[in-house]
Amino acid sequence: MKTGVLLLLITASAVCVAAANGSWLKKVPKADRERVSPYSGVPDAASAGRLIFSDNCAKCHGEDAEGKRNRPSLRSERVRNATDGEIAWLLKNGNMFKGMPNWSGLPEQQRWQVIAYIRSLNSPVSGVRP
Amino acid sequence: MVYAFSDGFKQLSARAIFLSAAFVLTSWTAAPAQQDPPYFVTYSSVLEEPGNLEIENQNIAAKPRNTNAFFAPTLEFEYGVTAWWTAEAYLQGQATSNDSTVFTGYRFESRFRPLPREYWINPVLYVEYENVNNADKSFLEITGNTSTSILEVPNARLRKELERSIEGKLILSSNVKGWNFSENIIAEKAVNESEPWEFGYAIAASRPLRLKGTTRSCVLCLQNLSAGAELFGGLGTRYSFGLKQTQQYAAPTIALNTPHGMTFKFSPEFGLNDNSAGVLWRFGMTYEIQQFRDWFRRSK
Repeated sequence: MKTGVLLLLITASAVCVAAANGSWLKKVPKADRERVSPYSGVPDAASAGRLIFSDNCAKCHGEDAEGKRNRPSLRSERVRNATDGEIAWLLKNGNMFKGMPNWSGLPEQQRWQVIAYIRSLNSPVSGVRP
Repeated sequence: MVYAFSDGFKQLSARAIFLSAAFVLTSWTAAPAQQDPPYFVTYSSVLEEPGNLEIENQNIAAKPRNTNAFFAPTLEFEYGVTAWWTAEAYLQGQATSNDSTVFTGYRFESRFRPLPREYWINPVLYVEYENVNNADKSFLEITGNTSTSILEVPNARLRKELERSIEGKLILSSNVKGWNFSENIIAEKAVNESEPWEFGYAIAASRPLRLKGTTRSCVLCLQNLSAGAELFGGLGTRYSFGLKQTQQYAAPTIALNTPHGMTFKFSPEFGLNDNSAGVLWRFGMTYEIQQFRDWFRRSK
């Protein structure tokens, strides 16, 4: 019984450690990673995404997406290098042990518009990891 | 419809109006809601975002057959402890015309999301402790064998009958192409009296009226409106499992999520059998205080 509890604690700790520092990127399945935003190159997508970001994401990541307290900035090298598909996977699944809720309740179209906005904050990158 | 908004409502006392105004004002001072489906009874897998405090004022009004009209507000405080754990407290009251206005009790609940990722169906575990007297008319869930005949009993008698119980729910929820489908299986057990396990259910589906966001900020845009339907009721007890002698309701429901503002919800709930009230009129307002926990942290 004690051994079982100990194993459970070790596993939980390992999950928490693995979730830190962007290691969620390693969990993204290949098919998801390679997804390309349907709004890539659509001019209005980023401005629509800005409004959705402001309503849903700014409370944690800040109005300018530069992060608040221990919540990360989205104007970062990690976000810049992530593919559209990787960010889409994170929005859908969240990173719950690191405090990032999932946004699967938000329609997928709106999640892609948020990604278009995040892309506009960083230097534009195609849907494939460079 | 025959029973709704009849003369009975006009007789609600000044105390009832005061009670509802107090609940409304309390919730009005708080602020915005998230992408919750527009349900009143059914829970989905959407949890409160960590650090946010959501305050909801949910009200129900009805004039069931052969009984006095009543108005029952519930005030809910929902806090996102972590991304996988939401805690909630409820305060409940009711006012009945030609009778009285009473505080009916409180509830504490927690919801846990055990799986770290999004799947085609997502389970959430719900546990609740409630301390509510029998004058409760909130209809937050329906379990066991019940009927609206209890509403004929005066508040003075009902409020003396206190029920403390624990309740568990298995919440299942799916998000598919903008639609949300949620199913709740409910089990409840009184802990202060000898009663069998009681069961109930709630199922619901909803969808935003528009899936794509627009480029201008607006209030009455289709993407801010969501509509759906709920079906809920009792499933009897351990010894009398089934739909016999239970209340059953079907309800269209609609919600408006205002940007940086409040969420308004409305639903007429129609009784499906003789044990149920004709129509329960449900309406609610929600406001979310964003990153409430930052109020108690030193600025960085």
